[in-house]
Amino acid sequence: MTTATTGTAAAKAGANAGKAKPATMAQALQRAMRDAMAEDPTVHVMGEDVGTLGGVFRVTDGLAKEFGEDRCTDTPLAEAGILGAAVGMAMYGLRPVVEMQFDAFAYPAFEQLISHVAKMRNRTRGAMPMPIVIRVPYGGGIGGVEHHSDSSEAYYMATPGLHVVTPATVEDAYGLLRAAIASDDPVVFLEPKRLYWSKSDWSPEAPAPVEPIGKAVVRRQGTGATLITYGPSVPVCLEAAEAAQAEGWDLEVVDLRSLVPFDDETVCASVRRTGRAVVVHESTGFGGPGAEIAARVTERCFHHLEAPVLRVAGFDIPYPPPMLERHHLPGVDRVLDAVARLQWEAGS
Amino acid sequence: MDSLQQRSSTVQEPPGAVPAYRPTPPPAWQPRTDPAPLLPDTEPLRVLGTDAVADADPALLLRLYAELIRGRRYNTQATALTKQGRLAVYPSTHGQEACEIAAALALEERDWLFPSYRDTLAAVARGLDPVQALTLLRGDWHTGYDPHEHRIAPLSTPLATQLPHAVGLAHAARLKGDDVVALAMVGDGGTSEGDFHEALNFAAVWQAPVVFLVQNNGFAISVPLAKQTAAPSLAHKAVGYGMPGRLVDGNDAIAVHQVLTEAVARARRGGGPTLVEAITYRIDAHTNADDATRYRAAGEVETWRAHDPILILERELTERGLLDEDGRRAAAEAAETMAAELRERMNADPVLNPMDLFSHVYAEQTTQLREQAAQLRAELEAEGEA
Repeated sequence: MTTATTGTAAAKAGANAGKAKPATMAQALQRAMRDAMAEDPTVHVMGEDVGTLGGVFRVTDGLAKEFGEDRCTDTPLAEAGILGAAVGMAMYGLRPVVEMQFDAFAYPAFEQLISHVAKMRNRTRGAMPMPIVIRVPYGGGIGGVEHHSDSSEAYYMATPGLHVVTPATVEDAYGLLRAAIASDDPVVFLEPKRLYWSKSDWSPEAPAPVEPIGKAVVRRQGTGATLITYGPSVPVCLEAAEAAQAEGWDLEVVDLRSLVPFDDETVCASVRRTGRAVVVHESTGFGGPGAEIAARVTERCFHHLEAPVLRVAGFDIPYPPPMLERHHLPGVDRVLDAVARLQWEAGS
Repeated sequence: MDSLQQRSSTVQEPPGAVPAYRPTPPPAWQPRTDPAPLLPDTEPLRVLGTDAVADADPALLLRLYAELIRGRRYNTQATALTKQGRLAVYPSTHGQEACEIAAALALEERDWLFPSYRDTLAAVARGLDPVQALTLLRGDWHTGYDPHEHRIAPLSTPLATQLPHAVGLAHAARLKGDDVVALAMVGDGGTSEGDFHEALNFAAVWQAPVVFLVQNNGFAISVPLAKQTAAPSLAHKAVGYGMPGRLVDGNDAIAVHQVLTEAVARARRGGGPTLVEAITYRIDAHTNADDATRYRAAGEVETWRAHDPILILERELTERGLLDEDGRRAAAEAAETMAAELRERMNADPVLNPMDLFSHVYAEQTTQLREQAAQLRAELEAEGEA
């Protein structure tokens, strides 16, 4: 798996070789929480194993030691209880950052998420905002056994009141998590777990920008077609775009970063330029995020499209056992096949 | 290989050379707490009709009486409003007025109440405008009040989901150094939900200043308690979490007030949570949409009518010379005034702004919601012109 660095970042990494040790996405997330906790005493981190152990992925490493167990709390093992307690804490003016240890372990908390976290502002006409961040390590590619690799973003996207955010780079992991913690609305913060160890020359000590939620970014410019993607599929698409270059296909890659709110403007501007689009994600395709994105693009850019909007998604199956997951996850070849199906040569 | 050889050599040794196996307890085990003080009494606490009533404050007795009369009238008025179509639905608390009101009155102003959908009376006893308490049931908005203003969380329709909120709020208050207590109310059916378990467990582990009040009214819609739980009592469940369980006669307003006041005080001084089970009965059906004759016998209802919370309090007050005909009339008239005002205000059509549909989804409207709001605005303008 390639790292999530962009071409520019990789070049900078070369220039900085031998200087600072590259930072990982896990470290960037950890620093985002540390900086937020240092600046704002109402920020509380909580979840199973987040304290003494520092989280099973070490993303909360050191926070309990630095801020005390009242600010970074090992909770009982109960996702509905964790999120339900966070609701009450938010009611009393705290800003809980909740860790759900793995994607599929978040499901017991769905009722709290959907019936209360997402709706409380609305139920109370704005009197009770829910500034809660729900961090969910998600997606496959790390050889996890079942219930450890789900891509559950479509469930969250379908729930009004939630923001759904997923970084693909080390820098965005920091910038977007800071924005999520600062948000007065609940944010489901999906962390692509196979990118936790991806690196960048971003220094954990250097000032880092907070990225606004709701803005997609063009990771690679191109003219022939747009790959619309997010999270763990961003590096796949960047690699596919490099490979496509050899075939003479100039691909643009849009990293959504935020699924809700959705950045129609950036996506549609790109598709209008290129006239062709493929949505790439590892979540299942049927009723998945790509269905929504393809429909939006078609509704808005129909007259600019040279071909139907295609989807490259995970198969419509329960997440497979780890020894078969490479057949399920959309890889570079599958993306390139879709690009070819866009009927590159007019009339061919 | 070495260990294998060693093992085979021991086989050669004569019996008796190896110390006999003696079972020992698991090394780390010790009881975490003595369960005995956590166990509820075998009988629900009663005060009315016992010698203990002599200790009750006459002013409190009279206040509870007036509130119970008002609460009963509120129930009949709200039920009448459902028949007129003014309320979509009303879950009556007829028969449960003592639990609702005595519990709410055990709280200080700075404390928080976490009610279920049936607990409108508790909210009103806490000072909430009777009309605002009915907004959810009328259908003009989900919550008719600012929860922070009255320190009453929104009435929760999903069962037991408000209990972890109470724990989180109480925990947060304690972290901030505020001596705030949260009272979380749930029915007997709600104790079967996972959120009930998780809330009690979190509260006990965190020693959060929370009081859980289960109003055991006998039925979860139509399902009787025997089909809900096999526990000796719902109060017994407390022991498993490491908090005290208390049993109280839920129709005895003074007993409820006493138990709740003790539990609230205990929570406030850092003693942790308490689970209280109040034994009561729902005289009316689950809601106006329910037919209670399908699942319970008339005779059972009549037994409970003889143990009516207002009846037993009134008898006590009369016997003690605290209440006479004038007192009864004054309470009834105050209740009638409340009902008349409620009726009048509920008969006025609420003013609704359809654009509110988009106002409170997010702090800042998304582009998508702005587009949809524009669509609705155009539709409304077209309607206005038509």
